[in-house]
Amino acid sequence: MANRTDVVDQSVAGASLSLGIRISRFGHRYARFIFPAPALLIVALIIVYPVFYTGWMSLQEWFASSLTPPKFIAVANYQKILAGDPRVRDAFFRTLYFTLIAVSAETALGVAMALLFNREFWGRGLVRTLSILPMMATPTAISLVFVMMYHPTLGVMNYLVGLVGLSPFKWTYSSKTALYAIALVDVWEWTPLIMLIALAGLAALPKEPYESALIDGASALQCFWYITLPLLRPTLIVAILFRSIDALKTFDIIFVMTQGGPSNASETINILLFNQAFSYFNMGYASSMAVALFAIVMGACLILMKVRRVGW
Amino acid sequence: MSAKLLNSRLRTVGFYALVIIVMLPTVFVFYWMITLSLKPQVEAAGYPPSFFRFSITFKGYVEVFSKHPFLLYTWNSFVVATGCTLLGLIVGLPAAYSIAHWRQAGLAVVVLAARIIPGISYLIPWYILFRNLKMVDTYQALILTHLVVGLPIIIWVMIGFFEDIPPELRDAALIDGCSYYGAFLRVAVPLVKPGIVATSILSFIFSWNNFLFSVILAGRNTRTLPIAVFNMIGYEEINWGPLAAAATLITLPVILLTLIIQRHIVSGLTFGAVKG
Repeated sequence: MANRTDVVDQSVAGASLSLGIRISRFGHRYARFIFPAPALLIVALIIVYPVFYTGWMSLQEWFASSLTPPKFIAVANYQKILAGDPRVRDAFFRTLYFTLIAVSAETALGVAMALLFNREFWGRGLVRTLSILPMMATPTAISLVFVMMYHPTLGVMNYLVGLVGLSPFKWTYSSKTALYAIALVDVWEWTPLIMLIALAGLAALPKEPYESALIDGASALQCFWYITLPLLRPTLIVAILFRSIDALKTFDIIFVMTQGGPSNASETINILLFNQAFSYFNMGYASSMAVALFAIVMGACLILMKVRRVGW
Repeated sequence: MSAKLLNSRLRTVGFYALVIIVMLPTVFVFYWMITLSLKPQVEAAGYPPSFFRFSITFKGYVEVFSKHPFLLYTWNSFVVATGCTLLGLIVGLPAAYSIAHWRQAGLAVVVLAARIIPGISYLIPWYILFRNLKMVDTYQALILTHLVVGLPIIIWVMIGFFEDIPPELRDAALIDGCSYYGAFLRVAVPLVKPGIVATSILSFIFSWNNFLFSVILAGRNTRTLPIAVFNMIGYEEINWGPLAAAATLITLPVILLTLIIQRHIVSGLTFGAVKG
């Protein structure tokens, strides 16, 4: 790198410094700042600015529908979130619960599927291709299909459930089952991601531990529990990390299928904050929820990163 | 001996039966979406549902286009997704190149942060900003905001591709008198063309699928497909033919694009943490 600069300096040493050369020298010297500059500008405009604005707005009381300007109320919004508003508290725990059930189901199913598919067989490529489709298909469209499938009297899901001998559910139409019905859609969409990540992890495992375990007479279950799972753990943590971040942020499928209902049964913090902001235009309060949601997502990240380092 | 052979045959059959059972839910949802879109109303909402024997009609598709300005929505989605991808490439490629070659880890973390921060927390400032600028319901506002999903994926995936370029190639270009800009445009970019195709498609799909940002910032003139379909749910009630037809029409381009770049999807979704 240093040599390179010297070459340029020597070549222009004799010449009088015309503007063009000055610009090109400047461009050369500061290339490492100029290359990322446009992207940083965009990031500053659409990410950094909104983040700080949200933080500042979370300390205000402001209804965007009224003409009164924002009023500074310090941490009153946060006090309300933490102590005063049971609806927010319920929504927070619902968000965590939704994430927990969806991601655990996806992890368990995903790992099981990966173990099944972890061999050479005819049609492996097809299985891979099919697995990718649910993650990429437009969530709004998928939610719409599930809305039709979940219809209590005309939907195919109750027919299928009846075939297995269970009595029909009301799926997203009952406050008892709505959150689980939505989690099922999330599981349908994202189990393949965990499966594919686990499959990549399995392919990279060393053979030796299994050979020696086989000699020692370990059972398949013991091999899985004492060899595969610990070796797979770093990969799985990455998968769980990505899924947890996204599950905490789930918005589309809930909003399209139930909009938080029936009777708030599927109202996660995302839905509540969206409605506070864009139905009631309660911008300050909604902003403080956004900050709190961000804190939860960051917390989940940190916990999982820590788990990655510490042994079981 | 033959008992052993029979046993292995049975195991193979059992294995494939298991594979089919495991993949059935994935296939069934898409199958159901497509068949619902082709069934006449009586059969689409008939009970018990017909799985294989049904009459085929394209009435649902006709209705989607005749009762709703579906072509406009498709065009809007296309303009926004293409604009987001092009702008994302123009600013994202140099940034990815820079991060890869000068090892700017700090910048990479900034980009990763965009993946972690909940999208919904940008929404309030954007809404206020674009409302004040009278830019709600414009392509510009949608394209800019969709960059939040497009740009990080472009930068992050492209870092990997730029890192795979042998350093000797870049140094050779520099020694031959190329500036950094020449080395980037004439040497690096042509070498990562496959990566550019893959990331473009990923960014296009993410913008195409985006619901959250468009639901607030799109209006009557710029409404994109996901918003249009969401609005149709209330409008069509249980007239399932057009609903399923609309869902199929949105999903179809995504599926075709996904098939082209399927090798890159897992690494794209995990920001390169896992090589698919």
